[in-house]
Amino acid sequence: MSTPAPPQAVILRDLQFQYPGKATTYALDIPFWSIVKGERLFIQGPSGSGKSTLLNLIAGILIATHGKIEVLGQDLSRLSPAERDRFRAQHIGVVFQQFNLIHYLSVIDNVRLAAYFANKNLAEVTSRAKHLFAALNLDESLFAQKADQLSVGQQQRVAITRALINQPEILIADEPTSALDQATRDRFIETLLTLSIAQNTTLIFVSHDNTLAPHFQHHINLAKLNQAGETHHVF
Amino acid sequence: MFFKVASYSLLYRKFSVLLTILSVALSTFVLLGIEHIRTEARESFSNTVSGVDLIVGARTGQLNLLLYSVFHIGHATNNISWASYQALLADQKLAWAIPISLGDSHRGYRVIGTTGDFFTHYRYGEQQPLIFSAGHALAQRFDVVLGAQVAKNLGYRLNASIHLAHGIGQTQFSLHDEHAFNIVGILKPTGTPIDHALYISLEGMEAIHLNWRDGVKLPSQSLSDTDIDTRPLTPKTITAIFVGLQTKMATFQVQRQINDYRKEPLMAILPGITLTELWQITRTMESTLQLIAALVLLSSLLGLSTLLLSSIRERQREIAVLRAIGARPAFVFWMIELEALLITLSGIVLALIALAMATQMAQTFLAENYGLFITPFTLNSAALSVLGIIIAGALLLAAIPALSAYRVSLHAGLAIKQ
Repeated sequence: MSTPAPPQAVILRDLQFQYPGKATTYALDIPFWSIVKGERLFIQGPSGSGKSTLLNLIAGILIATHGKIEVLGQDLSRLSPAERDRFRAQHIGVVFQQFNLIHYLSVIDNVRLAAYFANKNLAEVTSRAKHLFAALNLDESLFAQKADQLSVGQQQRVAITRALINQPEILIADEPTSALDQATRDRFIETLLTLSIAQNTTLIFVSHDNTLAPHFQHHINLAKLNQAGETHHVF
Repeated sequence: MFFKVASYSLLYRKFSVLLTILSVALSTFVLLGIEHIRTEARESFSNTVSGVDLIVGARTGQLNLLLYSVFHIGHATNNISWASYQALLADQKLAWAIPISLGDSHRGYRVIGTTGDFFTHYRYGEQQPLIFSAGHALAQRFDVVLGAQVAKNLGYRLNASIHLAHGIGQTQFSLHDEHAFNIVGILKPTGTPIDHALYISLEGMEAIHLNWRDGVKLPSQSLSDTDIDTRPLTPKTITAIFVGLQTKMATFQVQRQINDYRKEPLMAILPGITLTELWQITRTMESTLQLIAALVLLSSLLGLSTLLLSSIRERQREIAVLRAIGARPAFVFWMIELEALLITLSGIVLALIALAMATQMAQTFLAENYGLFITPFTLNSAALSVLGIIIAGALLLAAIPALSAYRVSLHAGLAIKQ
C-alpha cells in the first residue's frame, strides 16, 4: 500500500520577494520549503532575517515577487485580494507579540470580530469562546470587559482564543511570549501546544529567542533557509 | 459588527470626538439658522401686508415709509394733512383709504390711531382679514382694540381700562393720564406686527392730545369729557394712509397722481415693490452671512478630517490586527468613513434640536424687538438639501483619513514595526 506524502500545510517553491522600490535586493529568497500539516514548528531568526516578510507572505498579506506559495493546497497568487483576506480569516489564526486586541472593544467582541471576518455564525462564537476560555484558564467574567483592562498575560490568552475561534488549520504566533515573564511564558507555550494538538492545528511559532526551541518538535533557522543576501541573483 | 467597531472606536476617544461633534453642530446650526431666519424674515415681511395697493405718507425714503407705517419700525419724520386725506378720498379710483396716526404707546407697544375701516379692509398673509377673538371694533371715542400678543403678554381682558403714553418706549415719562381707554376688542393672532399694537380711533387720539403742544403736556389745563365734546376732534394731521384701489390697473396712475399732488409733498409707494428693494439691500448682507456660515462649516469638516487623520497614526497597530484577522482594506476605509458619518450625524441632530429650541425661544423676542415673525424651525426641503451637502462634504473630506488608513492597511499585517 503506497502511502501518499504527508499533506503539506505550507509549500514554498522558488519563492522570492522584494519590497517595491528596492529593485536589486530580495528580502526573501527560498528555493523550497514546506511545513507538514499538524506540525508544531519553531522558526528561529534574528530581527532582519525576513521573519515578518515570511509570515506576511504565508498569510497572504504580501504577494511573492516570484515563485509560488501554497497554503493548504491553495495557490495564494491565484486568489483575488478579497479572497486572500477571506482565506486568512477562515484558515489562519494569528497571535502577536502584544497589543493583539482592539482595545476599545470588549473581550468577547474582539473574538466575535474574527468570526465575523470569517463569515462564521456569531451565535456559536460564545459557546466556543467559553470552551477555549476554560482551556486557557480564563474567567468568563472577562467577556464583557474592555480589552485594555486586562493584564498582558490575560490579553495574550484572549488572543489565542481569538486566533482559534474559527478552528483554523494554521496558527501563526509571532513572538507571542516576549511581553511575558519567564514563568508565564512557559505556561503560555505549553497551553498553546496543547490546544494546537487538540485542534490538530499546524503551529508556526516565530521567535528570535532560541531558548524556547526545546518546547517544539521541529525547528528551523530562517537565516539558513533564506538565501537572500547570501547567494547572488542576477535578476 | 462593522457599525459596532466604528461606534466603539469613537466612544473610546470620546472627548476629542465630542468636541468635533460640537464643532459640526455649531456650524450646522449657524448655516441652517441663517437660512431659516432669512426665509422666515422674508415670509414674515411679505405676509404682513396684502391687499394694500398703495401706502401714502410724507416725502421720505420709500423704505422708511413702509417700515414705520406697516412694520412699526422707526419713526415718521413728517405727517400729512387731513385735507390731503380728504382730497384722496374724493378720487373715484379708490375703493377705500385707511388713515393711521402714530406716536403714542402703551408699555412699549405702539398705539395706532385709525378708523373702523382698518378692521374691515386691512389684509395680511394670503388676503386674510382681521378677526376678533373677543369683543368688537372701535365704536366709542375712548375705545381701544388690542393685538393678540399685547393682550396675552400684558394679561388684559375685555372692558379693562388702560392709559396711553406719549411717545414710544418702555419708559412712560409722559402719560396721557386724564383719559382711560376701554378695551372693547382683542384681535386673533396674525403673526404680524398687528399682534403687537393697540388701535384707537383718530378722535380718541386727538382728544388726549388736546392740551398738548409740541409733544409736551401744557400745565394747569385739565379737560373734562364735556370740555372735549365742545372741541373739534377731527385730526389736523395723520401719519400715513393705506389705500385700496377699485382696480389694480390704476395703481401707477394713482401713484403718479399722489406724487404730483401740488398742495403738499406726498409720496405713494407700492408695498410689494418696496419690499423687493429691501431684499436687494439685504442681499449682499445675506450672501456674506451665508459665505461665512459655509466657511465655518468647511473649517469644522476639516477639523473632523484632521481628527480622524491624526488618529490613524496611533491606530496603525489596530489596523494591523484587523488585517491579520481577515479585514479587507475596504473595511478599514469604510470604518473611517463611518466614523466621520457618525460624528456628522450626531452634530446634525444636535444642531437640529438646538435650532428648534432656539427659534422657539427667540420667537417672542424677535417679534417684540424687531417685528420679525419667525416660525419655529422645522425640517423642510431646503434644510434637507443643506444637510445633504454637509454629509456629502464630510464623507468627501473624510476620504483623506480613510485613504490614509487604507494605505496603512495594505501593508500592515502580521508583523508591524513596534
